[in-house]
Amino acid sequence: MIPELGQFALVLALGLALIQASLPLIGAAQGRDEWIALARPMAAGQFVFVAAAFLILTHAFTIDDFSVRYVAMHSNTALPFAYKVAAVWGGHEGSLLLWMLILAGWTLAVAAASRSLPEAYAARVIGVLGIVSVGILSFMLLTSNPFDRLLPAAVDGNDLNPLLQDPAFAIHPPMLYLGYVGFSVPFAFAVAALLTGSLDKRWARWTRPWTLGAWLFQTLGIALGSWWAYYELGWGGWWFWDPVENASFMPWLAGTALIHSLAVTDRRGIFKSWTILLAILAFSLSLLGTFIVRSGLLTSVHAFASDPERGLFILMLLMLITGGALVLYAMRAGRMEAEGGFKLVSREAFLLLNNILLVVATGLVLVGTLYPMVLDAAGYGTVSVGPPYFNTTFSIPMLPLVLLLGLGMHASWLGMRGETLVRKLVPAAIIAVLGGIVLTVVVSRGLDNVLTPIGIIAGLWVVIASFWDPIMRLVRRESRTVPLSRAQWGMIVAHAGVGLFVLGVTVTSAFTIESDQAMAPGDSASIAGFDFEFRGVREVEGPNYDAYEAEVAVRRNGSPVTLLAPQKRVYRVQRNPMTEAAIDPALRRDLFVALGEPLGGNAWSVRIQYRPMLRFVWLGALLMALGGLLAATDRRYRAEQRQAAEVTPGRLVGNTETA
Amino acid sequence: MISALRLPICIVAALFATTAFAIGPEEPFADPVLEAEYQALIHEVRCPMCQNQTIADSTAPIAADLRRELRELMGNGASRDEAARFLVERYGDFVLYRPPFQPTTWALWGAPILLSALGLLVFVRTVRARSAQPLDEELPPS
Repeated sequence: MIPELGQFALVLALGLALIQASLPLIGAAQGRDEWIALARPMAAGQFVFVAAAFLILTHAFTIDDFSVRYVAMHSNTALPFAYKVAAVWGGHEGSLLLWMLILAGWTLAVAAASRSLPEAYAARVIGVLGIVSVGILSFMLLTSNPFDRLLPAAVDGNDLNPLLQDPAFAIHPPMLYLGYVGFSVPFAFAVAALLTGSLDKRWARWTRPWTLGAWLFQTLGIALGSWWAYYELGWGGWWFWDPVENASFMPWLAGTALIHSLAVTDRRGIFKSWTILLAILAFSLSLLGTFIVRSGLLTSVHAFASDPERGLFILMLLMLITGGALVLYAMRAGRMEAEGGFKLVSREAFLLLNNILLVVATGLVLVGTLYPMVLDAAGYGTVSVGPPYFNTTFSIPMLPLVLLLGLGMHASWLGMRGETLVRKLVPAAIIAVLGGIVLTVVVSRGLDNVLTPIGIIAGLWVVIASFWDPIMRLVRRESRTVPLSRAQWGMIVAHAGVGLFVLGVTVTSAFTIESDQAMAPGDSASIAGFDFEFRGVREVEGPNYDAYEAEVAVRRNGSPVTLLAPQKRVYRVQRNPMTEAAIDPALRRDLFVALGEPLGGNAWSVRIQYRPMLRFVWLGALLMALGGLLAATDRRYRAEQRQAAEVTPGRLVGNTETA
Repeated sequence: MISALRLPICIVAALFATTAFAIGPEEPFADPVLEAEYQALIHEVRCPMCQNQTIADSTAPIAADLRRELRELMGNGASRDEAARFLVERYGDFVLYRPPFQPTTWALWGAPILLSALGLLVFVRTVRARSAQPLDEELPPS
């Protein structure tokens, strides 16, 4: 009976979403205050019912209600409690429910925090979010109902995919979806502005914190996914250019571009139509990602063709939402662009270049991801587009982006003399080049790629250039100058994160040493100055799996470093073997040992890796997210919140800016 | 695997003196250049039976078989390209993570150049247009 209540809650939520998606929008167009006023209550009610459905599904998991098909497919009585909760989003239907819950949550947040916006405009934003809700809720109810019954009920469940039984996995999808779905907010702000017909100069300021919020969650979500893949998939890579990864990476790239173009629109009131287009693009790529992951297209084009119901539904949704927004854009965006000049050497020009390079990068990921699917669907055979393609082509936009970043941060708005800019940063560049050469010599073993020192220097350059202003303030003891704002610190920290990321990627991909060994008890292998002694394998028992656990003692110059215990697990229900790598993490290097197959006798195949500076990859991502948090919580946005809205959007607002 | 015997394996044999196995970790070529070529190749070959993995990463039996066959081919003097061609003949282009340059992939390999050129054009045109426009007299403070 309780699961039926969950389904009923979803139906009610759909009903409220239908009202939210229609009456406030019509009300805003016709000036009917009582319809405009419906937006917030509908958003709140929708959140309550979606949350209720989510709790009911979670409850079904925690009490092992195997009469619910979805629970029977993704859980088991022996599954540890925490994973029963995480199993709610371990499959298709529950993932969508989580997607929907997060959409309802963002909508509620917008409803609560939009009091300072003009009423009609806020109603339009919430109305547009309502349209997305209607799409996702009807998709769930028509094709992917998580509350479908299984009769007769299963005696025990099919268990959660062992790959997903992991703490990082438990929080990875919620983080990622907070980002993915969060881009619906700037999208709704953009479409609402298009509906209004013109763009208030404050529009960018309203949109910025929301975009930063979505972006920082997306950053964390992608980093968590990469970390999880590193230690859970068992072969030590951290990014595979897999279509699932690309699906989350594309909206991130477009979102990064959006953050930067919003800065120009906020500050100068120009690039308006471009910013709006990016907001549409970022969310459309989120929907495209959902389509790629959820349609079955990934397994193969043929799996999609044999069961096209779900895929076609999302494709239609994607075309309706994106197509509708683009038609509106084509009709309205033309008259929005404002005049405003800038010189070749100016903050604006650098940010323009940032946007172009990021969009080119997005385009490359898009082409590489979709190409095999399109080619196959068109009957021209199958190809695989993998790391060799992406690594080669991606550096074309990325290397200039990273090198120019250090300059762009220090360029003045409107324009400045190029000479002034260069002279300011010559010391930073010299330090980066010298430091890069030293670091290359220290970490290198047989350098064979000219891109390696360039990458190292580029990474250092970005870190140093990011912190150049605060460093110079310290050096010159300038205490009387205005302190850096939180937004400025956010920019510094996030960009330093980019530098650390580049450094980590370059060093770890150039100098990783991996070796597959056959080891019997007592055997030793020496890699990168570390001695790995294989002491044997014993059987251990987990709550829902059996495992072989190896003991590998690591020494350096005779003194012990660590004791690693990689496992080979077989989960009792699904029976597929899983590799649990053992890792000794450190900022300077990771030591990674994975247990392979038994080779007869007492011997096992063992994969050993030495990965220098791998942690910098995730440290960089963390700093980017932290920078986003600092920028999103800057005082000027909160001041904006308190400021009552007196001017309706539609009139061009003059200099009403507060500091 | 007769050809394994043909490999110059004296060094390798010493390394594995205590652990001689039918399958498992492979004995590297004595020639480091050849070994590097081989490693580069297996890191670009897709395991035909796996979800999305190279044969270097995969622990599936077919990946081990393919690694052994490629090692044999290259040990017998086949170049990296020849070894790759052998795989394509058996499994199709699908097996290579680096798509071959051919009419069906012209658009794929042309995309980076086209997109970059387009981006550069947009940049030049926008900056030219904007630098002709008047600068705002009063730029609000941040």
